[in-house]
Amino acid sequence: MAYLYFPGCSLKGTSRAYDESLRAVFEALGAPLIELEDWNCCGATTYMSIDERQAFALAARNLALAEGQNPSPANGAELIAPCSACYLVLLKTQKRLATDASLGQRISAALKEEQLCYRGRVRVRHPLDVLVHDIGLQEISRRVRHPLRGMRVACYYGCQIVRPYAPFDNLHRPTTLDDLARALGAEPVDWALRTYCCGGSLTGTLPEVGVRLNYLLLKEAQRRGADCIITVCPLCQFNLEAYQDQIRRRYRDLSSMPVLYFTQLMGLAMGLPPKSLGMQRLMIPLIQPVGAAEKGGIHERA
Amino acid sequence: MATLERHIRYEAELDPSFAREIIASSGSPSLMECIQCGTCSSTCPLSSYMDYTPRRIIAMVREGFKQEVLRSSTIWLCASCYACTVECPKEIPITDIMYALKRYAVREGIHRWRFAIPLMARLFYETVRRNGRLTESWTVLKLYLQTYPLQIPAMVPMGWKLLFRGRFPLLPERIRGRLGLQRVLRAAKE
Repeated sequence: MAYLYFPGCSLKGTSRAYDESLRAVFEALGAPLIELEDWNCCGATTYMSIDERQAFALAARNLALAEGQNPSPANGAELIAPCSACYLVLLKTQKRLATDASLGQRISAALKEEQLCYRGRVRVRHPLDVLVHDIGLQEISRRVRHPLRGMRVACYYGCQIVRPYAPFDNLHRPTTLDDLARALGAEPVDWALRTYCCGGSLTGTLPEVGVRLNYLLLKEAQRRGADCIITVCPLCQFNLEAYQDQIRRRYRDLSSMPVLYFTQLMGLAMGLPPKSLGMQRLMIPLIQPVGAAEKGGIHERA
Repeated sequence: MATLERHIRYEAELDPSFAREIIASSGSPSLMECIQCGTCSSTCPLSSYMDYTPRRIIAMVREGFKQEVLRSSTIWLCASCYACTVECPKEIPITDIMYALKRYAVREGIHRWRFAIPLMARLFYETVRRNGRLTESWTVLKLYLQTYPLQIPAMVPMGWKLLFRGRFPLLPERIRGRLGLQRVLRAAKE
């Protein structure tokens, strides 16, 4: 099965490690990703605050491109969107186009300006959904070379992959990421903030608010004894990791907490070279798995 | 003598068409069915930082407190996490109402001076329309020049860390079909 891949803007910049680790993991599992040609920004939560119809046109252009570049035209295109904001905007656009005929006509007319057409034959997928439901946890645990035994992981889903639609997991208590962590041999910690919002861009626009939200998340993960947090969204990872210095300066009771993309942790467990997973791009390195590899896959708690 | 500030509103000052406009723009007739239970305010991770909680904003929209709602920090603090939307017992899409209010405020040019969130929205909008993609690091730098120039030195360590780790692209990302995209967006403009 070949998947089309919509990286989104963050994965070309601050979240390059997500892009690298995602490609590496899918490659290793025999499902290479084909990047969508000339994709554009999804509009995130921002474009919709200025002009809603333009926001839908922006997202619809990507859907139309995916339909045109479908590697298996017999079936609908499967489009993987790893960023939670991209994932939700694409889904939301599909829902609105399917239910609002006059909007659909306006968007179709707009897309004609670029000789594009979207007929609704794209399935938007999050890589977590694909990994757990298409490839399967059994296959993933079969590929594990260095089980992350003893490692306690706080699985952080964030908001937009489960809300408002929750296409592949439970809205209130999602489990897919915890199941995946377990398949890698790790021990997911039970924590209540798994779908709590990180504040998105508020860390930049209103630091006193954004920084506090991320403090609450880090503090709770620490209180539950997590060795690291894994995320499925570039913005969550950025907020929790890049702002950690500032957060820890303001709130002294916090110790340093590595924050990884879930695909990085998968790649480490599967024995892929750390560099191919962008591990060198992390600001707070995860030291344990290297030790785990040396000790024959046994991860020891410090 | 200090001037007295009036905190009451007369019905004649309210805008009865405001609720209708917001319902149309957000596609949420259920707005009028709000029972004021406050579930939205209690699930919202940001309500304690807002000047009016989401429950109050809904009540104020319904009654026509247009100026207060559009000037509130609430509509811009909403980070679109949809917690309120999925919990609302009357299934009111509160997040979409917040979007409609943001658009209304932008259209009317109402926001506080140098308030960073709408400025960020504007920068984001213009960059994507021009380049087809966003380069976060550059957009945030531009935002800080406009809003918190004195904070830039404090952000330098993070900037270096990003740069050294290849996470701060030096050239902004652009798509090939920029002109085509601009035509599409012009045709879709509200």
